[in-house]
Amino acid sequence: METIIFYIISAILIVFSVLTVTTNKILRAAVYLLFTLVATAAFYFMMEYEFLAAVQLTVYAGGIVVLIIFSILLTHQINMNLEKSDKLKKISSALIVLLGAIIVIFTISKYTFIPSSEVGTDTSVNAIGRQLLSYGEAGYILPFEVISILLLAAMIAAIIIAKKEKE
Amino acid sequence: MIEGIDIQHIIIVSTLMFFIGVYGFMSRKNLITMLMAVELMLNSININFVAFNRYLHPENMQGHFYSLFIIAIAAAEAAVAISIIINLYRNLHSIDVEDVNKMKH
Repeated sequence: METIIFYIISAILIVFSVLTVTTNKILRAAVYLLFTLVATAAFYFMMEYEFLAAVQLTVYAGGIVVLIIFSILLTHQINMNLEKSDKLKKISSALIVLLGAIIVIFTISKYTFIPSSEVGTDTSVNAIGRQLLSYGEAGYILPFEVISILLLAAMIAAIIIAKKEKE
Repeated sequence: MIEGIDIQHIIIVSTLMFFIGVYGFMSRKNLITMLMAVELMLNSININFVAFNRYLHPENMQGHFYSLFIIAIAAAEAAVAISIIINLYRNLHSIDVEDVNKMKH
């Protein structure tokens, strides 16, 4: 049962990723991106990382996609078709990408991973919060605080850059 | 760990997704669609981190926290990139990469 669900989700992921980078209407590309992000959250749910899946849904699917759609509405007519890039560029980049993908997949299939048989740790929100804010071993207080400063800096930068200049 | 699924399958899916993102980044001209391709790439490496964490080292959660921080950085990056794009559109009335060479002066 779980294998079937896994393959269905992978098919959704790949198909909608391809549609995201090949469709001609920009608003549709944003909606297809939303589908791939939701499918990724489904992966996290299957691997029993519920908190990460919830963060993925709220930040990516709820935040970033809405931000992208807003910027599309501010900069384009909705029905406008994207300018087509030339054939040669498309074909050459497709060739490079295919080559890279084949090399990486070949390497992965050669390598033998040793799955661990240990039982997973507690993945409840309580345990995650304690580990995020702990000073001790395997604590993540420093990156947590650095991220908070980074988010503040990004917010101020976005406001200043996007603000209208005075005439 | 997903029952009946090897780690290789998950990594192959995320590899395909990453290279689709690379293709989008190279073949598109519009800045917003290029940003979407970058989001695809970030997303695929997040899948990788979580899969390695879950299959190879389930006793601690480094991959989990790493992907949490990557998601936060992706959000910050998207906000700044989109404000730059809106500012460019206001000045140039176009957001194609070939028109933004004025930025270097």
